[in-house]
Amino acid sequence: MKEYKTITEVSGPLVFVETDEPVGYDEIVEIETGDGETRRGQVLESTSDHVAVQVFESTQGIDRECSVRFLGETMKMPVTEELLGRVLDGTGRPIDGGPDIVPDERQDIVGKAINPVSREYPREFIQTGISAIDGMNTLVRGQKLPLFSASGLPHNDLALQIARQAEVPEEDEGEDSEFAVVFAAMGITAEEANEFMDDFERTGALERSVVFLNLADDPAVERTITPRLALTTAEYLAFEKGYHVLTIMTDMTNYCEALREIGAAREEVPGRRGYPGYMYTDLAGLYERAGRIEGVEGSITQIPILTMPSDDDTHPIPDLTGYITEGQIYVDRDLNSQGTRPPIYVLPSLSRLMDEGIGEGLTREDHGDVSDQLYAAYAEGEDLRDLVNIVGREALSERDNKYLDFADRFESEFVDQGYDTDRTIEETLSIGWDLLSMLPEEELNRIDEEFIETYYDAGSDATIEAAEADD
Amino acid sequence: MSQATSTDVREDGVIESVSGPVVTATGLQARMNDVVYVGEEGLMGEIIEIEGDLTTIQVYEETSDVAPGEPVESTGAPLSVDLGPGILDNIYDGVQRPLEGLEEKMDSAFLDRGVDAPGIDVEKTWEFTPTVEQGDEVTAGDIVGTVPETESIEHKVMVPPDYEGGEVVETNKGNFTVDETVVSLDNGEEITMHQEWPVRQSRPAGDKETPTDPLVTGQRILDGLFPVAKGGTAAIPGPFGSGKTVTQHQLAKWADADIVVYVGCGERGNEMTEVIEDFPDLEDPKTGKPLMSRTSLIANTSNMPVAARESSVYTGITIAEYYRDMGYDVALMADSTSRWAEALREISSRLEEMPGEEGYPAYLGARLSEFYERAGYYQNANGTEGSVTVVGAVSPPGGDFSEPVTQNTLRIVKTFWALDADLAERRHFPAINWDESYSLYRDQLDPWFQSEVADDWPEIRQWVIDTLDEESELQEIVQLVGQDALPADQQLTLEVARYIRESYLQQNALHDVDTYCEPEKTYRMMQAIKSFNDEAFDALDAGVPVDEITDIDAAPRLNRIGTTEGYEEFVGEIEEDIEEQLRGMYQ
Repeated sequence: MKEYKTITEVSGPLVFVETDEPVGYDEIVEIETGDGETRRGQVLESTSDHVAVQVFESTQGIDRECSVRFLGETMKMPVTEELLGRVLDGTGRPIDGGPDIVPDERQDIVGKAINPVSREYPREFIQTGISAIDGMNTLVRGQKLPLFSASGLPHNDLALQIARQAEVPEEDEGEDSEFAVVFAAMGITAEEANEFMDDFERTGALERSVVFLNLADDPAVERTITPRLALTTAEYLAFEKGYHVLTIMTDMTNYCEALREIGAAREEVPGRRGYPGYMYTDLAGLYERAGRIEGVEGSITQIPILTMPSDDDTHPIPDLTGYITEGQIYVDRDLNSQGTRPPIYVLPSLSRLMDEGIGEGLTREDHGDVSDQLYAAYAEGEDLRDLVNIVGREALSERDNKYLDFADRFESEFVDQGYDTDRTIEETLSIGWDLLSMLPEEELNRIDEEFIETYYDAGSDATIEAAEADD
Repeated sequence: MSQATSTDVREDGVIESVSGPVVTATGLQARMNDVVYVGEEGLMGEIIEIEGDLTTIQVYEETSDVAPGEPVESTGAPLSVDLGPGILDNIYDGVQRPLEGLEEKMDSAFLDRGVDAPGIDVEKTWEFTPTVEQGDEVTAGDIVGTVPETESIEHKVMVPPDYEGGEVVETNKGNFTVDETVVSLDNGEEITMHQEWPVRQSRPAGDKETPTDPLVTGQRILDGLFPVAKGGTAAIPGPFGSGKTVTQHQLAKWADADIVVYVGCGERGNEMTEVIEDFPDLEDPKTGKPLMSRTSLIANTSNMPVAARESSVYTGITIAEYYRDMGYDVALMADSTSRWAEALREISSRLEEMPGEEGYPAYLGARLSEFYERAGYYQNANGTEGSVTVVGAVSPPGGDFSEPVTQNTLRIVKTFWALDADLAERRHFPAINWDESYSLYRDQLDPWFQSEVADDWPEIRQWVIDTLDEESELQEIVQLVGQDALPADQQLTLEVARYIRESYLQQNALHDVDTYCEPEKTYRMMQAIKSFNDEAFDALDAGVPVDEITDIDAAPRLNRIGTTEGYEEFVGEIEEDIEEQLRGMYQ
């Protein structure tokens, strides 16, 4: 292997090297500094006489005298089932003091696109035990459903609750396929990382998890490879070993900041808010690795977490994410300060794969209608809240008052369940019917008459209580 | 793709640099937009810039590990599609490689690179029946025979547009592969069932005419309020989650086009899978045949190579033009043109071109209008009439319609279906905002609706629009003072408008019956709501209090018309009940 001592320029995370032999695009590079330390990087641009290298770690201490080696291959992830239970750093090296990893295979971390004709459409209901998700924004196996959160909100608690409780109901215990969690942390604080690790250890989840940790004080550029390593591991476990893999990636905002940093260092023409123009393609290359493949047992379900800068969902990061992922769950500041746990704001949240994953034989035949009606009623109640602020409750009709009560109870009974309550879908739907029973039957215009007959109970306790409360 | 099979390889070049999908080469003898094979693995690419000895190539595949010094071969031909029987009921990537064929060739669920496959099966035989005889004179574009391509579509074999034409000397009837000669001409030209056409060039056609027929979509708000013409253009912009893709799917399923070309351009993999899984099971409401037999899908999902995404809309529209030439009405859905524009931006930025607005290249508007101008209602060269309708989805960042792609699109298209996040949040689907949307085809399509559906179609539509307009004005007052403070007649108008929104504008795409609404039913629904309106105002004039009018139990049944099969009787009953109940209050 040829060694060069021909570094011509160091600029931010980029190092430019003169070469006399061709170097492949995306190839891995090792740079040895004067004091014997090795830094790794990747070829960003290769021409016949020089290459631009993006260094994953810091470029501090690199000078013109450093020796540069091109390894002749692109970035690979050593994969094996033994990775379960292990904790790795953001570049895939073990940091848990355990034994070295003996890989079964070494796989390219830039995944190949799944052929759309080989995909299987996801329609297998995952019960998270959280009513606001199961009832209103159902998650299915193979879906990518991000949490749209913001600083200071308990998205980590929610993610942990999903990881803990997620199951496919009524599945035969004897089935071969098992559940695994791949966790990729990008630029989160050590404290947050501890929170995740403690919970994994407490619940015994660690032994079926692979954890990749790139912490806030780790090099930012490294963040751009962490999710790729994690997803390569997830693909191996899912599509070669038949695991149902839940991949949690947090925080995508830090990942995108790292992309922007590299873009700026390369003096690229920036897109919106300085983020690179190819960010959509880049994010799609991560998110689209979720899914199911026909004839293969396993699946990859993704829960990416992102914090929206100044709670703004039109910011490029949530915006581009929303265009790629199959829905989104909003974690809401107002609900959180009201003490709603988890503070999921149902109205802007959406699961695009819900319709195919629910209904008769999957959850229950009335699920779709109930969910639609709850949405509509809650939305109406929310609208009326603005009006109440102006004219007061007395000025509103009896019907409007019912909707206001409905919205309050929807938040306090349906959404607010605490992080330790695990509700079955039956429980979720029956709470839904309880709430709907507050409303007169003719208001239920989105529900099939047949279901109203079976489930609607105008004389139920809920209705009576509500009536009393009105008095 | 066809280059590998047909054209001689010309001068070789050598890679000079690699940066993502952009590769430069030296020593290459090639013309602008020619297709080249890059590197040891032969990755497909296209020449996008020539500067001295340096040629810039956009590569349609992942370029990891490609190094300077590797060879580049030019095919000497521009990016073209294979045209012939076998395009329908097929699914392609952005450069017309059949995805099923690739799956087989690669023996993997993942897309590998450096694998090529022809766009149409060259080994399969088709039954050709000539429609010309020895001695007939034919020119470019003329139909010389037919092939039953699928159970619903008869493929017309035409003289390729670049042929001179002449006298037919021989015709062959029977089963042939697409490359075997089926008709020979006296000047030596041999006609096969296989043609090629460069994607970036529109196929020649006769005169473009003013479209007069609507593309009936079976979606009430579209057919009723904002129709698009066969041969027209429409745009569906909307923020994420507002239902662009569902609307596009609905159009692909139910629009009364002969042929549907669906381009999934930079969108989600699972969405394409849904189309692939659903369409073969769905029936065309007109013919009862499987929808897939009239459909060609192009799926270049968001994580497939960005350069192939750029070419996918051209591949789609070239296929659409080919079927138009046969005399068919073709509808092309492009979801989403924003992803296509972003691909342009990405490549432009790698070329270090001077950016225009928001980093998009300055030629964005020109490219968009070039693309939409390929739509139209045409008098074809061979005497048939055909049309290409283009419906493009737009995904504006942050749902902000002032961004360049939406604005440039709006300057071209004549129908605008504005999707609205607020409506979607309320689960009002399709979430098409009736205040912002428009159709400039209304007037020219009215005669069709009047003769095919009902004479008073324009009047009743205008009544619906007026009522909705009045409602939005009143809503502003209601926001301040509450509904009860309004005078009785305005309260009644709000009630009528609510029925228009809930029963007429909303349509459940997932409901077996409601998913498709024929124009007659659309008309009957407008009529039923109008008759409730008329009866209710009569009752109000006769002194009946507004509360009592709005409380009648017949009216809420209006909301169930959409989901009722055999609606005629049901609507009749509702109208009678409304009349009886309301008149009973004062007569």
